[in-house]
Amino acid sequence: MPIEIKNLTHTYSAGSAFQATAIRDVSLTINDGEFVAIVGHTGSGKSTLVQHLNGLLKPTSGQILVDGEDLNAEGTNRRAIRQKVGLVFQYPEYQLFEETVARDIAFGPKNQGLNPDEIDARVRRAMEHVHLRYDKYAERSPFDLSGGQMRRVAIAGVLAMAPKVLVLDEPTAGLDPMGRDRILDMVRELHDKEGTTIVMVSHSMDDVARLCDRMVVMAKGSVAAIGTPGEIFRQAEMMQSIGLGVPEARSLCIKLQEQGVDVPDNLYTPEQVYDFILSKWKELNKPC
Amino acid sequence: MLKDITLGQYYPADSAVHRLDPRTKILLTVLFIVAVFMVHTLAGYAIILGFVYLASRLSNVPFKLLMRGVKPLRFIIVLTFLLNLFFSTGETMLISWGFLKISAEGLTQAIHYSLRLVFLVVGTSLLTLTTAPVVLCDGLEVLLSPLKKVHFPAHELAMIMTIALRFIPTLLEETDKIMKAQTARGADFETGNPIQRAKAMVPLLVPLFVSAFRRAGDLAMAMESRCYHGGENRTRLRVLKMTKADFIAILIVLGLIGVIVLEGVLLGGVLL
Repeated sequence: MPIEIKNLTHTYSAGSAFQATAIRDVSLTINDGEFVAIVGHTGSGKSTLVQHLNGLLKPTSGQILVDGEDLNAEGTNRRAIRQKVGLVFQYPEYQLFEETVARDIAFGPKNQGLNPDEIDARVRRAMEHVHLRYDKYAERSPFDLSGGQMRRVAIAGVLAMAPKVLVLDEPTAGLDPMGRDRILDMVRELHDKEGTTIVMVSHSMDDVARLCDRMVVMAKGSVAAIGTPGEIFRQAEMMQSIGLGVPEARSLCIKLQEQGVDVPDNLYTPEQVYDFILSKWKELNKPC
Repeated sequence: MLKDITLGQYYPADSAVHRLDPRTKILLTVLFIVAVFMVHTLAGYAIILGFVYLASRLSNVPFKLLMRGVKPLRFIIVLTFLLNLFFSTGETMLISWGFLKISAEGLTQAIHYSLRLVFLVVGTSLLTLTTAPVVLCDGLEVLLSPLKKVHFPAHELAMIMTIALRFIPTLLEETDKIMKAQTARGADFETGNPIQRAKAMVPLLVPLFVSAFRRAGDLAMAMESRCYHGGENRTRLRVLKMTKADFIAILIVLGLIGVIVLEGVLLGGVLL
């Protein structure tokens, strides 16, 4: 179920004194089963862009085609599309409202009109995906959980709708390193094992380098670059000028290059750099 | 959607009236109301109208915008007019038609009462249009502070109002966000019968309340950690200061009252 974005422009409060264009002429295709990261500075239009993917915002101009169907055409069933394209907002834990974890997660499937058995199965599966044990957490109040757990419950609430595409807007914002790793591992599992298409908005170049197939760099409401992490992080100067920088591993390589070490430009994960340094070291210490 | 709501009716502009001390403006509004109540002739209302027009020019607030403030109250004004017209007693009958009796005195009174209402609204609108809500709260606090002697919580009241005003845009933004998040989970806020719609509000209202309480707790903690303990010995960021312009403005409005009184005496008894 590919999503095609064609010349999308969105202007908030159009026509009023507070008019502001958040995104301008963005074109982009998200293919089936891809892991796409959207990176950009605060105010670069990332959140506005992702809210178009399931029709929560209407484009000022341009089109969004989900599976070839124009999302904003008359007669399009946007509720049906919202079930296929799940959107996890920033700080999703603030949307929890039910008395128990299980009932909150069941909210989405219930709105889909599923039967109780199916809902229960969906809730169990979603909780499994986010690594929350059903027997331990299902009957607890979501408001008694820790911040990281609340966030996982909220994400489970979206997963329970069994979306084909999962869009996450800065899913790790404000979490400690452990909470962050849990969420990212979970997202990776969903992508690798379930084949879910993932669109993730992120600030962390390290997370992005580790996970995504392709990245979209946004700056001032437009797409500044699209490519694989290797292609993008090679252009370290461009990334620096946008104010995003590169992953730590790539920074290390650049520092080594400045010291005159011959390092290739395509290394951007800790593992790659580790392998490179190890092979270099072996080369230097080769018994004569 | 919800973001388009503007708070209060403050009309941001830079003008002599905007720059006046909020205390002066509150006082002027009170004096203006006194002036309106002292008018007993139609010529008097013409003077008041002229004054309002000049004030709106001086404040850069469009006269039309100022008069729009009357619109929500039009029914009350019309009702006042009709009640006074038909139910006040007088000697000079103009029309007597069955139980409907309109006297000259009744007509005069009806005109006066409704004009008074119009000008009351316009006068207070001018205050709220030219004074930002938070500044208005500051002014009120200082004006009410003499009442602290009788244990009237002037500072606390002003603080509550300021905080409430401050959080309205935040809560609107939050509502917008939660609404979108629940819509993304298939919630439907727009269709269904009234009971279904009320039920659909639960997923919106619960998180909103939770976050409002959380914010309240955070704010209280933040205030306390900066040693806030009420109004005693507190200095302020914006120190209100009366300038020459304030005294001139007060003199002008006192002058207006003078003119109204004089006009009433000169044309005394001549009502129409």
